[in-house]
Amino acid sequence: MHPTDTRDPQYYHRVVDCQWACPAHTNVPEYIRLIADGKYTESYMLNRESNVFPGILGRTCDRPCEPACRRTRIEDEPVAICRLKRVAADLRGDIDHLLPKAAAEKNGKRVALIGAGPASLTVANDLVPLGYHCTIFEALPKPGGLMRTNIPSFRLPVEVLEEEMDMILDMGVEVHYNHRIDSMKELLDEGDFDAFFIGTGAPKGKELNIPGRTEGSANIHIGIEWLESIHFEHIDSVGERVLVIGVGNTAMDCCRSSKRLGGKDIKVMARKSRPYFKASPWELEDAEAEEVEILIDHSPQCFVIEDGRLKGMVFDLVEWEENETGRLVSTKHGETFIPADDVLLAIGQDNAFPWVERDIGIEFGEWDMPVVDRATFMTTREGVFTGGDAAWGPENIIWAVEHGHQAAVSIHNYCQGIPITDRPPYGMNLVSTKMGIHEWRYSNDYDPVLRTEMRYADLEKRLSDMKIEAELGFDLKETVREVERCLNCDIQTDFTGNLCIECDACIDVCPVTCLTITHNGEEDDLRQRLMAPADNMDQAIFASESLPQTGRIMVKDEDLCIHCGLCAERCPTAAWDMMQSDLLIPYAGHESWPKTAITASTTLV
Amino acid sequence: MSYIKKPVARHPKLKVNSLGLTVRDYEGSMSTLCAGCGHDGVTAALIQAFFELEVEPHRLAKLSGIGCSSKTPSYFVSEAHGFNAVHGRMPSVAAGANAAHRDLLYVGISGDGDSLSIGLGQFCHAIRRNVNMLYILENNGVYGLTKGQFSASADIGSTSKGGVVNRQGPIDPVNTALSLGATFVARSFSGDKDQLVPIMKSGLRHNGFAFVDVISPCVTFNDHQGSTKSYAHTRSHMHEVIETDFVPLRSEITTEYSEGSMQSVTMHDGSVVKLHKVAGEYDPTDRRAVLDYLVDVGSRGEIATGLLYLEEAGDDMHGFENTVDEPLVEIPFADLCPGSKALEEVQKEWW
Repeated sequence: MHPTDTRDPQYYHRVVDCQWACPAHTNVPEYIRLIADGKYTESYMLNRESNVFPGILGRTCDRPCEPACRRTRIEDEPVAICRLKRVAADLRGDIDHLLPKAAAEKNGKRVALIGAGPASLTVANDLVPLGYHCTIFEALPKPGGLMRTNIPSFRLPVEVLEEEMDMILDMGVEVHYNHRIDSMKELLDEGDFDAFFIGTGAPKGKELNIPGRTEGSANIHIGIEWLESIHFEHIDSVGERVLVIGVGNTAMDCCRSSKRLGGKDIKVMARKSRPYFKASPWELEDAEAEEVEILIDHSPQCFVIEDGRLKGMVFDLVEWEENETGRLVSTKHGETFIPADDVLLAIGQDNAFPWVERDIGIEFGEWDMPVVDRATFMTTREGVFTGGDAAWGPENIIWAVEHGHQAAVSIHNYCQGIPITDRPPYGMNLVSTKMGIHEWRYSNDYDPVLRTEMRYADLEKRLSDMKIEAELGFDLKETVREVERCLNCDIQTDFTGNLCIECDACIDVCPVTCLTITHNGEEDDLRQRLMAPADNMDQAIFASESLPQTGRIMVKDEDLCIHCGLCAERCPTAAWDMMQSDLLIPYAGHESWPKTAITASTTLV
Repeated sequence: MSYIKKPVARHPKLKVNSLGLTVRDYEGSMSTLCAGCGHDGVTAALIQAFFELEVEPHRLAKLSGIGCSSKTPSYFVSEAHGFNAVHGRMPSVAAGANAAHRDLLYVGISGDGDSLSIGLGQFCHAIRRNVNMLYILENNGVYGLTKGQFSASADIGSTSKGGVVNRQGPIDPVNTALSLGATFVARSFSGDKDQLVPIMKSGLRHNGFAFVDVISPCVTFNDHQGSTKSYAHTRSHMHEVIETDFVPLRSEITTEYSEGSMQSVTMHDGSVVKLHKVAGEYDPTDRRAVLDYLVDVGSRGEIATGLLYLEEAGDDMHGFENTVDEPLVEIPFADLCPGSKALEEVQKEWW
């Protein structure tokens, strides 16, 4: 193996599993440390830099960071990263003076943003401070997109939503509400804008075209449309017996909303079994805690209509088995009738671009989706960019935010005459955390406590009012407990080979057996020759240069390192140091960083 | 000294031995020795040896005297019996304990100060008695606890950290042990666990006094240029004479050596120690030849390492004394000491 280049920002970035998994690369360990220090405002602002909506995401994020958390490989449960984010948002102080401001002088460039969802808002957040004039066109009377219409207020209070959107809008974004763009061609032809961003989401709920659908339409609703109607108070009740078809997160919002609108007997109908559910595990748990029943292996066959009114549905009872190609195939072994007053369809969402003409240079490809460059977010028509669910179909808020950041980089380059493929590079600061002989600037002790449980508002009370937030959030005691579970994966074990005397002290003390001094070889071979085999191929192994005394190399399997710092504490020559790696993420208009790490070490190298 | 305890988190795929223990279950408390101390390497090798030999922690007794080395029994097998003796007096405590309870596994940890100065007499007599124990001498050539004065194992011409040159001749513990009739004599290096672990396992299975001199650098006071017991000096002058492979009882012998270069010794319990001769004509069972060889190698400033001498046939202390097979501690007191009436009966024989 060649010696690992730890000065490449991406190497240490990958060690920080949560940050690596986060589409927006939020610096999770640092914001958790700030919370631990009681610096909620600083923690909030650090979050806001990358994910823009910490209060919203602290309640609603799909949490790609949590399954990635190293803690899941040491014990079962990840750090409650998302809920800690909410703590920062809930307890922060005044931030008016810290928020980005619109540039004092406009740069004369005008950008049109279609749809006021998280993607467009992020683009505005990044571009307005650079002097751009941003104009948002929104079909609904209020901003937020699916954040507003799809997420019920018992999960996301409207005040939290609006406060964070206002931080952007109040910089001076021009917004046209109730202004649906019906023709992209017209907007382009007006000639008012230098660049365009399509952030219209995936607003069309999927249909279930089985017998009885049309006849029963009065009581069969598309999930996301139904949720939107609740938000705008066009709907305030539901039948006693409700069937929710589908088992994704929208289905969870539908069944829990039904509970709050007077539904008594709520059943979520799944075609497959639990391992195949699309909903996040915590949303399933929350729904079940509210006494929603989830039935598996029920495949919808037809709606039953009597006297022009919905009576229920017939389901095929199915069993699933993998066929020889590994595909799941169902066999029917019966059927059953389940009565219902209302049925909610939550089986997915589609994009819809009837308003984009097909002869204006914006090409459409498979699934009737626009052809979009993965790196630049530009469509095939120059100056027209897209992001969020509109670009590649339904994802989640945090992806929309990252798309917004990247599209903003492109729009800025495009308007300034810089090639949009010139993406500013990532950088890294690397600073020793050594404070004393065996003291570090972080809490290095491993705390074996298990994940802190969330407390909820009293069941009866929360089911009585759509607006009562279900989760209570962590109190101070719970916060203090949970922050200590973070393993500080950004505090890197940084190795300087020419200082090593091969005394084995680091290897002997490592609690998780991740270090080995051995003869060099190919990576696959090395992975099997370590103190414990490095079988997790998703995790890198570090290889040092040849060591001075024997010419062997130091190898570290990054997989299970708990960043306790004992290797550095037991190292007599400070060949190991615990250094904080801070990923420098480029945003639109940011100056670029030096390509190699800026280091401040305690050791003279 | 680290302020935190070694985290309880461990690698989920650690091997488990027949007792259901992982190597981490043989650990003790966190070391308070200097970072990089050779002694911690020896401790780690011992932990590995106990794990691989599937030693039951409550069947192990660890004893030591005074010095940095003698602190180390705290750092392995917390569940074992332990005794921290007066300076240099560990061998007689070990002999006493062994006399009382011959079924335990005895490990004595000493240093060059403890064994070669204040405890030299005790060391010699434990060898003569052939006390059944593994005796490890962690040899760094200096008194670390008192800030780096030369010890009795410092070589002529080696310098202290302050630059003073040693002019007194060393006591070589390996040559001393051989000349006193020791039946298991090895020398190794704390920075070479591949060599150290099989030697320790063989020593734990040896019926008698198993002596291992381990060059164990003092990283604070004797790891400089001019030291002959530093990591760098030991690595560049170390010369492996014998490669040891320990094959436990009822295990398949898998390592293959070319014919003629290998000697097997069957241990008391039926396990086999395979000695692979790296250095040509060398007979690890011929005491006089070994001594000659070591004097010769030593005069060139080289450090011969490996299981240098092994003799498994002889008696240990209990053999010499013809004691009962049952440990004395397990014999009821009334049988051990039948009282004055019984004594009178015995004495009648001479009346």
